[in-house]
Amino acid sequence: MNPHLLIAIPLAPLIAAVIAGLAGRWIGRIGAHTLTIAGVALACGLSLYVLKQLYWGGVAAFNGPVYTWLVSDGVHIQVGFLIDRLTVLMMSVVTFVSLCVHVYTIGYMSDDPGYTRFFSYISLFTFAMLMLVMSNNFMQLFFGWEAVGVVSYLLIGFWYTRPSAIFANLKAFIVNRVGDFGFVIGIAAVFSFTHSLSYTSAFAAAPQIAQQTLPVFGGVNALTLICVCLFIGAMGKSAQVPLHVWLPDSMEGPTPISALIHAATMVTAGIFMVARMSPLFEHSDAALSFVLVIGATTAFFMGLLGVVNNDIKRVIAYSTLSQLGYMTAALGASAYSAAIFHLMTHAFFKALLFLAAGSVIIGMHHEQDMRKMGGLAKYMPVTAVTCWIGGLALVATPFFSGFYSKDAIIEAVGLTHRWGGTYAYWCVLLGAFVTSLYTFRLLFMTFHGKERFRDVAAGHGHGHDAHDAHGGHGVHEPHESPWVVTVPLIALAIPSVLIGYFTVGKVLYGTYFGSAIEVLPQHDVLARLAADYHGPAALALEGFTGLPFWFALAGLVTAWLFVLKRPDWADAAAVKFAWLKRILDQKFYFDWFNEQVLARASRAVGTGLWKVGDQGLIDGGMVNGTAASVGWFGGVVRRVQSGYLYSYAFWIVIGLAALLGWFLVHA
Amino acid sequence: MHDHLLSLLIWLPIAAGIAVLLLGERNIVAGRWLALAASLVALALCVPLMRDFDTHTAAMQFIEKAAWIPRFQAYYALGVDGISMPLVVLTALMTIPVVIAGWQVIDKRPAQYYAAFLIMEGLMIGVFSATDALLFYFFWEAMLIPMFLIIGIWGGPRRVYATIKFFLYTFLGSVFMLAALIYMYVKAGNYSIASFQSLPLTLTEQRWIFAAFLLAFAVKVPMWPVHTWLPDAHVEAPTGGSVILAAIMLKMGGYGFLRFSLPIVPDACRELDGLMITLSLIAVIYIGFVALVQQDMKKLIAYSSIAHMGFVTLGAFLVYAIVRTTGITTGAGMGMDGAMVQMVSHGLISGALFLCVGVLYDRMHSRQIADYGGVVNTMPVFAGFMVLFALANTGLPGTSGFVGEFLVILASFKASFWYAALAAVTLILGAGYTLWLVKRVVFGPIANEHVAELHDINGREFLILGVLALAVLLLGVWPEPLLKVMEPSIQHLVSQAAATKIPV
Repeated sequence: MNPHLLIAIPLAPLIAAVIAGLAGRWIGRIGAHTLTIAGVALACGLSLYVLKQLYWGGVAAFNGPVYTWLVSDGVHIQVGFLIDRLTVLMMSVVTFVSLCVHVYTIGYMSDDPGYTRFFSYISLFTFAMLMLVMSNNFMQLFFGWEAVGVVSYLLIGFWYTRPSAIFANLKAFIVNRVGDFGFVIGIAAVFSFTHSLSYTSAFAAAPQIAQQTLPVFGGVNALTLICVCLFIGAMGKSAQVPLHVWLPDSMEGPTPISALIHAATMVTAGIFMVARMSPLFEHSDAALSFVLVIGATTAFFMGLLGVVNNDIKRVIAYSTLSQLGYMTAALGASAYSAAIFHLMTHAFFKALLFLAAGSVIIGMHHEQDMRKMGGLAKYMPVTAVTCWIGGLALVATPFFSGFYSKDAIIEAVGLTHRWGGTYAYWCVLLGAFVTSLYTFRLLFMTFHGKERFRDVAAGHGHGHDAHDAHGGHGVHEPHESPWVVTVPLIALAIPSVLIGYFTVGKVLYGTYFGSAIEVLPQHDVLARLAADYHGPAALALEGFTGLPFWFALAGLVTAWLFVLKRPDWADAAAVKFAWLKRILDQKFYFDWFNEQVLARASRAVGTGLWKVGDQGLIDGGMVNGTAASVGWFGGVVRRVQSGYLYSYAFWIVIGLAALLGWFLVHA
Repeated sequence: MHDHLLSLLIWLPIAAGIAVLLLGERNIVAGRWLALAASLVALALCVPLMRDFDTHTAAMQFIEKAAWIPRFQAYYALGVDGISMPLVVLTALMTIPVVIAGWQVIDKRPAQYYAAFLIMEGLMIGVFSATDALLFYFFWEAMLIPMFLIIGIWGGPRRVYATIKFFLYTFLGSVFMLAALIYMYVKAGNYSIASFQSLPLTLTEQRWIFAAFLLAFAVKVPMWPVHTWLPDAHVEAPTGGSVILAAIMLKMGGYGFLRFSLPIVPDACRELDGLMITLSLIAVIYIGFVALVQQDMKKLIAYSSIAHMGFVTLGAFLVYAIVRTTGITTGAGMGMDGAMVQMVSHGLISGALFLCVGVLYDRMHSRQIADYGGVVNTMPVFAGFMVLFALANTGLPGTSGFVGEFLVILASFKASFWYAALAAVTLILGAGYTLWLVKRVVFGPIANEHVAELHDINGREFLILGVLALAVLLLGVWPEPLLKVMEPSIQHLVSQAAATKIPV
């Protein structure tokens, strides 16, 4: 493969981002979006070309350096690419979703003063994400890892005058840094065993590292420590419990960002990383159990939070957390392909759901509260239909793309013999009910039933005329969005329906990944599933009889009952189970703990060390104490130097006597 | 010219400084331009220094030697190797933004102001290029005088307290170093640093010398618990003073450890490396927490400097723990590489951050974080720079701040899991205190009418911040040229540090 072509893929969005960012004032809005879209389109086209070459063209995977970053102590740390089928799949998904989001942004951000800056950021993000997935070494992986984090930081705080946005972006960065803390230790651990940062040498050394023990925490398996540390990084980036707290708040950013970064691509970096590191993780059952339990916990419990939220974007955000949990659980069950497959299908339908939600928000004049919506299907047909498609894919309706990926995950988790497997299975199975419940609740509340926005508008109209004039809620009805918004919705709806059907045989049960993902034979649950695989149609028909389908159906019925048929039941339930509702409203008290305990404790420690340590003991005791004693000594000496001749004469005599005495004694 | 390149680098700025002084306050326009020209010529002189530097040898290059005080076998001996050359270039580079930053801002005795910085530039380059210990000591102490004056004359309201604290702290440490140097002169018969490095010393002698060096260098770095002069000095110093203090002066401590402590008293270092590593990690964590609660921007960046310098001393002293854990020195060079890169990088980043604070201070005359908020609304270009440098300060990959920290963390894992884990805490704390500062100062709605009246940076300010931003990014994206310069000297240093000098 031509390395120059590969270099062009991340470079095109980078150059576009730099020009749009620095020269946005001169090239203008049209110049900025034309340039960045061209850059991402080029990257997308080339990625698809590489995909074609690798899969149909029979071209071998590429693994080579681009340039030497540095040589230290004989270690060559290089920037380089590893382009195999796993990489190219990620590249294609990332650039395709990014392209859709770029186009959509033209419409969504059309009246924003930060228009060119926004395009610069999302192109920069595409560059960073590509560097992350294309890397062939840990240094560059960490570069991409942190770079996507920074762009995420900048984008969550895009509307920097909003206090909630700049709180959310600081929180996102710091929580991610907690994950990166583990990640960097993991990288250093790999380095200490292989004296190299390249994937190849780490993978080759994995079985041998697995035999060693590190003398920490009473002696732990070296590879387990490495894998757990790396996974802590993934927990930050892919928002797994307890490092998930930043993702719901990240919805403070503009909606295209929620779709691109906080649903489809960046948050899946952790999933991708673990799959990439499968040759390491496969040799540590303990680490994989940890992954499995964390993932399953996230899948179920974060889904629950989606059920009680009323902000359309936050519901989808909790859904993202839950789906990331599914992917993580799949990794923990050694079903890496299933995780990546779900990552792919999820990228399409979740980006679709977010962009549809964004379309609703535009249509509702920047209203995000679902309690003020209802009956929108009549006014926004394209948005409603595409959103339904996304929802049906999300709840794993047979034949939709989400079905093929999620069903495989639930089955795979059910088959694994790993510690924690039974717990994980119940989590992901019950998760199917929860997913369906919050999804249909969202669809019903938004698009069907009573047109509650009229009550709101009327209510506003009576009491707050002045506010109404510029509040934007006016009497005007919701409207369908312009074509730059709906075309990306349609573009994403197509793969949301079809991509599972057409690729499941190859990606999940076939040989698509080949040697890109390593699974030890005794862990290979997907191979057991593949034995029962007889084509996508048969699989989907079989899906109608499976347990997950009935759980999802139960979710649909429940949502219909509580939202459309008997809304009063929902209120009654909220009263009856007030304790449960409080726990869910408080999001299991994670934020409370972080803000009231951890953040306060950090500031208290800082203040304590500063006031007591620096100012009290060091300055007060040592420094100024020394100064004080010098002052005292100076006072004594000053008294000696009185300036009186007789006094000096007296001291001279004393001194002479002392000297003479000393000589006499020693002579 | 090559025969006297280092002399030119030292004496040209000093001569220019004296000339500015002689021109006096009345001819300040000419003096200002002369100062700028001299600092630019000094940087231009670094071009042949870098171009003709032989990256294949650990030996001193561009050497000069002339009799100085024959009675004491003290020579005017200069030379640079891979450890000192980057620091010489850094010094020449960082003086330029200081000159430009003072352009329209300093109205009190500007001629003396420029003269002080130019003279200091020459003296600091002298510190890094002296190969004779007495000459080194001469530059080392002489350098204090202009800095003392800069803080004392152009400083803030509590400048007298700060200058005296600064002077006593640094002077007290140095006196013991002088005693150690004289002791070794008596044994070796001359003041050549190279002969000190090959001088056999018993463990007891080494311990005493180590302690003397530690006092001198730890104060300069500064290491916990002799760091409290730095926040005070920074807060009171004018912007230029803070920049030079953070960017260059602190590096002298790190340079001292690499040039004197490790090669001259390796056995004492081996014995006491636990102390050094502990103090370094305290700097990273303790100081990180203290930085978190600062209310004054300059104090916050000053504490951040101490935490970052912790990586320098950590990386420098990893060698012994690595040998103890793995039996070989592999990885020790990476720690020292990391320490060196961290010094250069911190010079750029902290200098830039102090310049940023200076830009705000010139407009608002306040360093209190609480007086700001929403600066991005009125100063978008400035905000872009400030966010970039803040991110670099958090060690973001792609900026120079990452390289040194990354190398030190990689190397420290070879020594001990706990060293790496504790050092890596900086990822969290560094992000915490730096970005919280950014949140409170840069982002948010416009906090008050003063912020609303701010005007964005002018061309002069754009130029200096832009050049530093480029340097920070370039070093982050491609650090290899710097590493290549250092490699042979670092390898030589590792072998010196790992050897024993106890006579048998």
